[in-house]
Amino acid sequence: MNKSALIMMIFGCVAVWGGLIVTLSIAIKKGDL
Amino acid sequence: MAEKREVWGSRRGFIFAAVGAAIGLGNLWRFPFQAYRNGGGAFFLPYIVALFTCAIPLMILEYTYGRKVRGGSTKAFRLLGKKYEWIGWLQVMVPIIVMMFYSTIISISVIFMVWSLGHAFGIINWMSDPGKIMGMIVGGGSGPFDFAAGISKYLLGFVIVVWLGNWLIVKNGVSQGIEKASKIFTPLLMVMMVAFMINSVRLPGATLGLNELFTPDFNKILNPNIWVAAYAQVFFSTTLAVGVMIAYGSYLGEDWDIVNNSFITVFSNASFDIIAGITVFSTLGYLVHNMGVDFNSFGSGAGIAFIAFPIAVSTITTNTFLQGIIGFLFFFCLFIAGLSSSISMLESFSAAALDKFDIKREKLVGLISIVGFLGSACFATYAGFNFILDIVDAHVGQYIIATLGLVESILISYVYGIEKIRVDANKYSDFKVGKIFNFLLKYLTPAMLGITVVSNLIGGFKKLVDLKTTDKAAFMGQIVFGWGTILLMVIFATIFFRKQWKNSEEED
Repeated sequence: MNKSALIMMIFGCVAVWGGLIVTLSIAIKKGDL
Repeated sequence: MAEKREVWGSRRGFIFAAVGAAIGLGNLWRFPFQAYRNGGGAFFLPYIVALFTCAIPLMILEYTYGRKVRGGSTKAFRLLGKKYEWIGWLQVMVPIIVMMFYSTIISISVIFMVWSLGHAFGIINWMSDPGKIMGMIVGGGSGPFDFAAGISKYLLGFVIVVWLGNWLIVKNGVSQGIEKASKIFTPLLMVMMVAFMINSVRLPGATLGLNELFTPDFNKILNPNIWVAAYAQVFFSTTLAVGVMIAYGSYLGEDWDIVNNSFITVFSNASFDIIAGITVFSTLGYLVHNMGVDFNSFGSGAGIAFIAFPIAVSTITTNTFLQGIIGFLFFFCLFIAGLSSSISMLESFSAAALDKFDIKREKLVGLISIVGFLGSACFATYAGFNFILDIVDAHVGQYIIATLGLVESILISYVYGIEKIRVDANKYSDFKVGKIFNFLLKYLTPAMLGITVVSNLIGGFKKLVDLKTTDKAAFMGQIVFGWGTILLMVIFATIFFRKQWKNSEEED
């Protein structure tokens, strides 16, 4: 895979999946999920 | 005394239902090609900006206002002013129209599930040449008025299954119907799609596809069309402005989180977009590598799911039993993605109508399902599926939904007051939104949606002018089925708006 494509794929995944993991963990920490 | 409104059984159930509503078949074939055609990897920048500045704020607004009014769209808009109730009716007409044609696409998934099992047990061998089977299901025709071409008995037969599934789930209400089904469907869909993604990136040639999708063309980033495309993608993909999230918000508990739930819903949907992008383009990369075809050779719509995937599965393994089972799982995945969205669409209208009319849920959902099935039967004709579906989809999606989003954000921000929404949303939330929320919904979101509507109208008008000179039948098709559908929606919204409320308490 070329470098620029790999960087953009990682950027997209981190932004979206990272956001999901952070928000889910906040809810889980609160104990009502 | 007003009847006590049902609430979700648990926060988990609500999130699964909302995510299930947002995730649909469109994620699978709309997002990957939007990104591919609009700068590849560079598209992710406007896409993520649009998530934060449009999708999340609007989601917070719809959940908060829905909970505040404890009603569907019609009640929500009526509380802004009696005349605005009409907009609420127009909003909930959209999912009913969409359901009519969407259920024919879901029914193809059901047909392919059945045939995949047939393939697995050696009854019918079709996965290496799915185009032939697809042709048999959807037939052909010469244009949108060619009703003499006939009706697909396959689509007609399996559309009944889809409407029956919707009716069985939605008639049981929110916690016993939608929530219970979503708790099974949504996690199952996520797990299955992740499994398909992992499998697809392992295929030889997958990197060809991933390079094609993710290589950024930063020259396009300053092109305003890319930004409009990103905002439109984010807006349509999250099922906003069609009454679904207002209805779902109306069943939230009084002291439940809203802000974090909105972030979770939007991020889950966006995660699914990316999973779909990786899966689709890895599979296409594999087909390009193996068969030497072009990335656009399967089109950008249903062809990807119903033609490219079966071919890919048939070349991954020579064992027909395994081919059939993998095919069955894939189409089952499409079926639940479709069904979890369609139950939310049915609920959008049901919630609005139950607020206004004195009718039992079971009876109302049954009536809508019968009317919906009759509408779907029109799309099950060869002319309906091959021509009218695209025309209605484009007109409702490009003109009506974006306009409703624009009107909704302006009315709730300015008439009800965006600061009241912000304070209410923050009250019990895991974390809070600052005053930038007000700026986004008062200025940026309406501006972006306004630009989207205007550019769609200009594009549509140019197309009409072209068609008038080059293809008269296609031109008439756009007028009769495209603008005709919009006119019908306006007429029915007006009829429902003029009906009396079930009690004077609500009326006032």
